[in-house]
Amino acid sequence: MKKLINQPENVVEEMIEGIVLAHPEYVRKLKEFNVLVRKNSPITGKVALVSGGGSGHEPSHGGYVGKGMLDGAVAGDVFTSPTPDPIYEAIKAVDGGAGVLLIVKNYTGDIMNFEMAKEMAEMELIKVDYVVVNDDVAVENSTYTAGRRGIAGTVFVHKIAGAKAETGATLEEVKETAQKVIDNVRSMGMALTPCIVPAAGKANFTLGENEMEIGMGIHGEPGTHKDTLKTADEVTEHLVCKILEDLKLKDGEEVAVMVNGLASTPLMELYIVNKKVNEILWEKGIKVYKTLVGEFMTSLEMAGCSVSILKLDKELKTLLDATADTPAFKSL
Amino acid sequence: MSINRAKVIEIINKIADRIEENKLYLTELDAVIGDGDHGLNMSKGFHAVREKLKEDAGNNIGDILKKTGMTLVSNVGGASGPLYGTAFMKAGLEAGSKEEIDVIDFEKMLTAALDGIKMRGKAVLEDKTMVDAIEPALYALSKAIQLGLSSKEALKEAVDAAYKGVEHTKAIIARKGRASYLAERSIGHQDAGATSSALIFKTIYEEINV
Repeated sequence: MKKLINQPENVVEEMIEGIVLAHPEYVRKLKEFNVLVRKNSPITGKVALVSGGGSGHEPSHGGYVGKGMLDGAVAGDVFTSPTPDPIYEAIKAVDGGAGVLLIVKNYTGDIMNFEMAKEMAEMELIKVDYVVVNDDVAVENSTYTAGRRGIAGTVFVHKIAGAKAETGATLEEVKETAQKVIDNVRSMGMALTPCIVPAAGKANFTLGENEMEIGMGIHGEPGTHKDTLKTADEVTEHLVCKILEDLKLKDGEEVAVMVNGLASTPLMELYIVNKKVNEILWEKGIKVYKTLVGEFMTSLEMAGCSVSILKLDKELKTLLDATADTPAFKSL
Repeated sequence: MSINRAKVIEIINKIADRIEENKLYLTELDAVIGDGDHGLNMSKGFHAVREKLKEDAGNNIGDILKKTGMTLVSNVGGASGPLYGTAFMKAGLEAGSKEEIDVIDFEKMLTAALDGIKMRGKAVLEDKTMVDAIEPALYALSKAIQLGLSSKEALKEAVDAAYKGVEHTKAIIARKGRASYLAERSIGHQDAGATSSALIFKTIYEEINV
């Protein structure tokens, strides 16, 4: 294992401290918890948004704490859901009286821990609700599995639900908008190399020199299949087609596109993927309203990318364009 | 069989020892079809439980188990934390202010624990989870009690049923947790959560001498 760390067991805490030192104008840390909240939390009368999950996906989730996006982000150990206590502390710290919406990605552990935190907060009479993001089309969504995973599409939920909350909307309205994003966003990823969880010290799967995994999850979970390495255009075509099979876009509809790097893939390659995504959509008569290219939801040092497509309507377009000012996402 | 407050603490500490000894084994089982942190997280959680009980174990068996559960929830993380945490808390609620329990009490506590796990995890038998070890163990325990077996014999039946359940998880497709993403590829591998549950039963059995 070749990593620039100190002790594997301290990586999350040291990172959180580093984030606070880098962005003191945006965030503060809750004492004794790996939780980042807006510097001016709680904001009276505004619905607060709390997201989080395992660490290793930076800038998710702490990078999105700020105006127009999240009020709080809870960081678990690497690739492990946080326990209910820090989530509960985050809820208490950000609640401005209008309630708190939890944005949870669809993983068994995350859902249980966030649900328990919600129950704890409700005992303190705080209004809490949650949405579950499940944008990964690589996993078949059936009653016989834990269902589709939540991956990079979550960032669109942060952005749009965050903008909705800034308008003074109620908890029910913010939840409805968050759910609308979830219903209209689909993603799929692929990996060129695995990644190493610091505490484990070795990769939990291998990929040969000429191999890639299609449909890989953001924790290195297996995808749909291994394949021999293909060109960027061929891979992109496959990802976008799988997404469109599920999203069912009609000629003339508008979308937002996110090409997300998993951490070790250069921007050059992400832009090449983006060119192809745009070409495919253009050929189908689908209008790309907004494109995001960069690292939004990473997977430690994994190489690869994911593509997310969000179907837009008037409300989602307005909220996507609204002001956001956070360490990792700015729309000014 | 009669287990007093001190014995319950002794058993929980012994469970912590066994989890620690099997930390890497459980983690390796989990790495094949899950995310490879089960042993590490469980060992972290039971270490915290040991420290907690050393400092304040509570006045009765209900208290001890509730504290154990809450400490697991706060320290384990992932899915195992809420599941084992809920199990111990529910067992503690069932035990209430008792200062001694017998095998009939244990059966009731185990029933409450299993209901808690199923409620929290929304899992049923054959999902390839800890339920596949615990539910057969409970059935075997109840049956043995009805047949008039001794407490020790009844617990032996429960342990055997739990391990049979673990073995059975190799043959079925995962429907819950991260292993479910593998679908058919999860066949042939045993579930780590079922394995740690069976290990806990085995430890309880070994610690009961009457």
